[in-house]
Amino acid sequence: MSQDWMNALLGGVLIGVSVSLMLLWNGRVTGISGIVNGAMTPVKGDTLWRVLFIAGLFLGGLVMGQLNPKVFENTIASDIWTTVAAGLLVGFGTILGSGCTSGHGVCGISRMSPRSLVATVVFMAAGIAAVFIFRKLGVY
Amino acid sequence: MKNSIAALVVGFVFAIGLGLSGMTQPQKVIGFLDLFGQWDPSLIFVMVGAIIVHFVTFKLIRKRNSPLFSSQWHVPTKKEITPALMIGAFIFGIGWALGGFCPGPAITSMASFDKTPFVFVISMVVGMVLFRHVDKKLKLQK
Repeated sequence: MSQDWMNALLGGVLIGVSVSLMLLWNGRVTGISGIVNGAMTPVKGDTLWRVLFIAGLFLGGLVMGQLNPKVFENTIASDIWTTVAAGLLVGFGTILGSGCTSGHGVCGISRMSPRSLVATVVFMAAGIAAVFIFRKLGVY
Repeated sequence: MKNSIAALVVGFVFAIGLGLSGMTQPQKVIGFLDLFGQWDPSLIFVMVGAIIVHFVTFKLIRKRNSPLFSSQWHVPTKKEITPALMIGAFIFGIGWALGGFCPGPAITSMASFDKTPFVFVISMVVGMVLFRHVDKKLKLQK
């Protein structure tokens, strides 16, 4: 097994541990798109944890960057408008579809939610088809 | 307050997992989705690792009457496969493929202080706000 695969598996285990802690401590699903979306409408008692979760994601990134800057290597030379389009699609799509890779792909599948299984199959298939088309179009 | 500190810790550990696994490198994500080209299957192990752990812990944790820092569970219970779910997932998949970022890794990658993840996250938030406005008129999630 190559180093990449081992790191992926270890990283995955850590993600599994973190979403388990969220469930044990707060009784919640770790759905990042939903947490971000909810942070934008201030509700008393339901905003601080969201903001601190996002801060934790950023702080973890700071530590990872110190340990190994290569984790942020980005060799995809996308121009700014491609990035804007990608962000818009991800923001709109995840809220319409009630979740992203974390909420549906990890938490939902782990509890065998039929909605999450369907959503994960759809976004994977759409992603695979889109990469195929974008490659043909020379987007990357 | 306890639940907020808990969320901070969860976010931190999650981000370490993302960075270690390769999810914060858009070329790896695109390589993973490039099934008909230069496929890089390594990221499948991120999901495998996370799901194996949480499949077991979910069952154990849900045996409790309530979580530690909340009086009740907040786990989604919806079952219906709706057009909104499928169309939303479809749109998300295209955006994911285009930028190589999904929401978590994009936020974590802001710690690199590169321009791209910032532009992505701001656009993502705009996309979420846009959804609210469209949804008010069309009631898409119904």
